[in-house]
Amino acid sequence: MNSHFHSTNYSASGQGRPPATQVEIPGLFHPFTVAVSRIENPKVRTLIFDRPLAHCDPGQFVMTWLPGEGEKPFSITQDDPFAITVADVGAVSHSISQLQPGQKLWVRGPLGQGFAPAGKRHILVGGGYGAAPLSFLANRLLRDEGEVRVCLGARGADDLLLVDHLRAMGCSVAVATEDGSAGTSGLVTALVQAEVSRGADHLYACGPMGMLLAVWEQADAAGLPAQLSFEAIVRCGIGLCGSCELPENICQKVGIAPGWLVCQDGPVARIGR
Amino acid sequence: MAELSTRFLNMTLSSPLVVASGILGTSAPVMERCAIAGAGAVTSKSAGPEPRSGHANPVAVAWEGGVINAIGLTNPGCHEEVAILTEAKARLAKLGGKLFASIFAPTVEAFGEVARVTAQSEPELIEVNISCPNVASEFGTPFSACAPDAAAVTRSVKQALAGSGIPISVKLAPNVPNLSVIAKACVAEGADAITAINTVPGMLIDPWAGKPVLCNRSGGLSGPAIKPVALRCVYELAAALGPSVPIIGTGGVSSGLDAAEMILAGATLIGVGSVMVAEGPDALTRINAELSDYMDQMGYASLDDFRGKALP
Repeated sequence: MNSHFHSTNYSASGQGRPPATQVEIPGLFHPFTVAVSRIENPKVRTLIFDRPLAHCDPGQFVMTWLPGEGEKPFSITQDDPFAITVADVGAVSHSISQLQPGQKLWVRGPLGQGFAPAGKRHILVGGGYGAAPLSFLANRLLRDEGEVRVCLGARGADDLLLVDHLRAMGCSVAVATEDGSAGTSGLVTALVQAEVSRGADHLYACGPMGMLLAVWEQADAAGLPAQLSFEAIVRCGIGLCGSCELPENICQKVGIAPGWLVCQDGPVARIGR
Repeated sequence: MAELSTRFLNMTLSSPLVVASGILGTSAPVMERCAIAGAGAVTSKSAGPEPRSGHANPVAVAWEGGVINAIGLTNPGCHEEVAILTEAKARLAKLGGKLFASIFAPTVEAFGEVARVTAQSEPELIEVNISCPNVASEFGTPFSACAPDAAAVTRSVKQALAGSGIPISVKLAPNVPNLSVIAKACVAEGADAITAINTVPGMLIDPWAGKPVLCNRSGGLSGPAIKPVALRCVYELAAALGPSVPIIGTGGVSSGLDAAEMILAGATLIGVGSVMVAEGPDALTRINAELSDYMDQMGYASLDDFRGKALP
């Protein structure tokens, strides 16, 4: 587990008694104030807060709470200042997406296991909202002087996220849309195949299950190690309730131990050589 | 290396560690993973007569003393649960692990019916959850609050299971003034074992929001904060019931020494739950190793050598 949370030594440790085990647990909610609400596309905004989120890795997530409204998980778009990217797809996410500068959102985390960068030449693949954590990952990879090539796929131009942001950071970005309204017409996998052919050290992907499995097959066929960030219905976020277990057939397909919990063992699975 | 295998009722477990009910839901792959990590038995999340989605979020948060949760008995209903449990039992059997099936119901009669359905999966034990602290707004005061109610549920379940050969353990709440009276009433109606304790009712309030953190407002505390409460309850029950009624001592066990304390208080098996929030199922491997190490240091060859040793 990450050691990102308050660490409390619970057991009394008296003389002659071995040191008690350190139990590290995710913390409680902390309010963050919105500094900027940036419109990404007609359904999606990025909320940039007033301060950093400490000790987090790209690919980790947070649980966000609006008291009286509800709680939703979001991946971390950036750590300093802390930002999340919110799609308006339900009652709670609508309320969160409408937050204005000066308003507060309660956050617990970071939670789960993030990406573990490896090598220097990186391919990042995002489908739909999967672009959000890749932005944070790209930032870290570029800071470490890596070459970052990003392939983004979406249904249409209005569903794309963070394209300009990623380009401004220094990534090369290729785009595919299913309806052909932006970039290449078709699925992101066509872009991935081209990038894999050019060679790379590592592939990182975040998006819907079908895309992840297709991209994993491409990486596997090329002998490229891959890290996949899975999406799931997360309820407790801390490995208590079991709601987010990855289906066993998916575990078997990509070669991870069955009974894998997206919130605790993931969201990121490190797969391959 | 000390021997961790344990006789419990009509069975032998490879380890006294039992994954507590409600931890990680009910899923054959997850239960299998817990057995591989070293659980002697795995308890399913409580299933009732009908599917339930449970409470709205937030349903659980970790705090410096452990965890507080109000999941709200999320479950697919006992009829669908039977298929999951049957699969889990087959997988656990290959690993030498035992399946304990937890049940709940809103009425005494429904408890019998849920037990009858659950028995189809042939679990090694049925744990009768009469003490969930998070559903009082729907179901009223838990049956664990008074001896006659606890006894009535026990009788209903035992009647439903007559002839099945499946033993039961009744899971009790700590927040009663007369725990051993309630436990004795259950034993008098045929309870084969007692599980103690369920989570302790509690609340967290966010000072900046000015509201309770959980959507259900109150929840059940678990983890290190409640270990002393659990130890006291297990100790009282072991003294009152004697060695013929085994106790599954549950509450805040996070290390091998915590497990040893439960055995010293008189527990036969040890429930493990919230520590897996911090560590996942690997916590079971660590606790087994630490318990064995403690026994080696103390010169105990088996758990029987020190079970109940702290009792008067």
